[in-house]
Amino acid sequence: MSAAPQKTKSGAEQIEVTVSAVVPVNDLVTRFEFSRVDGQPFPTFSGGAHTVVIMNDDGRRRMNPYSLMSDPADTSTYAISVRRDDAGRGGSLFMHTQVKVGDVMTLSYPVNLFSLDLRARKNLFFAGGIGITPFLSMIAQLERMNGNWELHYSVRSADLGTYADDLKTKYPNNVHVYYDDQSQSIPLTDLLDGQPLGTNAYVCGPKGMIAWVHASAKEAGWPDAQVHSEEFTAPQPGKPFEVRLCKSDMTIKVGENESLLEALEREGVDAPFLCRGGACGQCETTVVSHDGEFIHRDHWLDDDQHASGTKIMPCVSRFVGASLLLDR
Amino acid sequence: MTIQFNNETFRDDYSFSNSDWAIKRFPFPFHEDSYMYSVNMEQHRGGPAGSVYEKRFDVDEHYVAEMRDRALVLADDPLRCQSLPHMTLAGWDLLELIMVSKSEDYPDLFELHRDGNRWRWVNKPMGIDDTFTFLDETTLPYGPMEYITRQAQGDFCVLDQRDDMLWMDAGMVTTQADWSLDFDIGMNFFEWHAPVPLAHEMGIFQRALKFLLNIQQGSPARRLNWTMTVNPLLDTSPENYHKWGIQKTSLTPENLGAKQHLRVELQTFFRLPRSNALVFPIRCYLCSFQDLMTMPKWGRRLHRVVRDLPEELATYKGFIDNRPMMLDYLSQYDDGLSTSRGIWPDLETEPPLQR
Ligand code: HEM
Ligand code: FES
Repeated sequence: MSAAPQKTKSGAEQIEVTVSAVVPVNDLVTRFEFSRVDGQPFPTFSGGAHTVVIMNDDGRRRMNPYSLMSDPADTSTYAISVRRDDAGRGGSLFMHTQVKVGDVMTLSYPVNLFSLDLRARKNLFFAGGIGITPFLSMIAQLERMNGNWELHYSVRSADLGTYADDLKTKYPNNVHVYYDDQSQSIPLTDLLDGQPLGTNAYVCGPKGMIAWVHASAKEAGWPDAQVHSEEFTAPQPGKPFEVRLCKSDMTIKVGENESLLEALEREGVDAPFLCRGGACGQCETTVVSHDGEFIHRDHWLDDDQHASGTKIMPCVSRFVGASLLLDR
Repeated sequence: MTIQFNNETFRDDYSFSNSDWAIKRFPFPFHEDSYMYSVNMEQHRGGPAGSVYEKRFDVDEHYVAEMRDRALVLADDPLRCQSLPHMTLAGWDLLELIMVSKSEDYPDLFELHRDGNRWRWVNKPMGIDDTFTFLDETTLPYGPMEYITRQAQGDFCVLDQRDDMLWMDAGMVTTQADWSLDFDIGMNFFEWHAPVPLAHEMGIFQRALKFLLNIQQGSPARRLNWTMTVNPLLDTSPENYHKWGIQKTSLTPENLGAKQHLRVELQTFFRLPRSNALVFPIRCYLCSFQDLMTMPKWGRRLHRVVRDLPEELATYKGFIDNRPMMLDYLSQYDDGLSTSRGIWPDLETEPPLQR
């Protein structure tokens, strides 16, 4: 059962990259292109995948997911497009103001939470603004497979229509662009009506647009399973926290880049584990006392156990607060 | 590393055998003196040198003979290999994963030369040297999944991931423990697991599914499963139950040590890059009771596990009728001494049988 568990890093694999190009696309959007530091090819990926860009913002770690917009079959480069969000938490501002050609950064391996249904006879894409990016890699993938697709893309204005002109030029028959400032909008009801059997719809854009597409499709009788939207669960870098270990009689610090389990291992504390992914239950640890909030991310404990604050799974879960005392 | 490939059969005269090397590295599945289902997944990122956990796809002395047996099964029953139309891309992903892994992990046995999409694959043990165009099915004698899994030990399920669920939409299944791809094709994770006792109520499948959905590219995982097989038979399929089911009644106290095999599956999980599908290789290892008894710790432990296994599991695994005879045999190798933790035989430190 437990075969030969390895003390490896949890979470997605990472890739060291060099910024090879920084290309302003319009007033709000900039494209970043990367090459690998070790010269190896990038892993191929599936259309709709994203990478998590790990930024070192003056000692503060930021982790932002961005859709990979490059051709998945091109393993020489990865590209993302970042929209400047002046009101956001700062990751996009950091990208826009600090990142220069030649900088070394870290990307996660590709992760896909928005993949194509490869059974679909036809793929109907709805994009709003920067939500265009996952569709760029999907389109590249489908073009290679002779897939059937159609894009309906809503932008604020011609000036802010990120890649709209490129797409229209390259695929005049598949791409339809709608300009807000000309009072154009996607004729959603008509489009959802009368699609061939086996059509799948995909939407990426502002929250309101996603809700609109889901609701309209439901009303038009589409099965939920044929309407897909991107849900970014942005990985939160953990804040450092301190833990008092009763049995080992020591206090340890969990850094922002490591899990509680990894911190225990670093300090030589005997800590059981198996899956390192919150599922197997092996690392379950009793909380003796705490003053603060748990960030439970496991699938092992049930909701009541999470709420009770008496158990924690150190491979994935964290803590924020004044003190935490564990039976370890 | 050079491997001497056995000339052996898994049917008729059953000339299959394990060398001392193969016995020593057998993936004994019990880390303690009892067994119950659990969410026993761990990362698949290597293991001790020489162990079956070391490489992404383990190749051992049975390789050539197992591939011969697979070809015989397929000739009889082509439905053991199926791939729904949308799974072809996943088949190419799998072909790439296996070719890259094997050529990197066993450079003296396998070579992969890539010039853009023009690929040359050399499989020395099987005498294959093929040049083809990656992603162009017309350049291979079979579909990509079938082509590569005719050259890779173990069964392969290729699962499509949709709607937070896994679907068994393709596979190559000829060495299975009494389940059928033809029956399960198109089913989801909970549907194909329906026959398993107790595990549903224990919440094992919900948790396992969440873990599997979350497996990412570059971070494969693994687990072990086990059952019992009379005679070293790879193809214990429901389709052929009429042929092998009756062999279970051929056990006698005299032949049990040689005929009764512990069957262990090393199951791994890899996310596939282009298709976002998940591949689930199920690698089957067989070891006769008499070979297992050469490791005193395994003898003691196997007796206790088989003795105390809940009836539901012994029934599901198909050895409830033979359990008393198995226990008579195994009890000779259990002197009551305690056993060390973990799966390893610990031959140097565990005492010999005290009888
Ligand atoms: C996606 C990958 C998987 C596939 C394709 C798969 C497939 C199967 C199949 C076909 C069976 C036989 C069911 C029957 O009797 O017809 C089975 C049995 C079983 N599976 Fe899975 N499985 C997968 C993953 C898992 C995982 C991750 C776990 C658990 C942690 C698990 C636990 C079990 C158990 C406990 C049994 C009963 C085995 C026995 O007692 O011999 N499976 N699986
Ligand atoms: S190691 Fe599996 S739940 Fe923590």
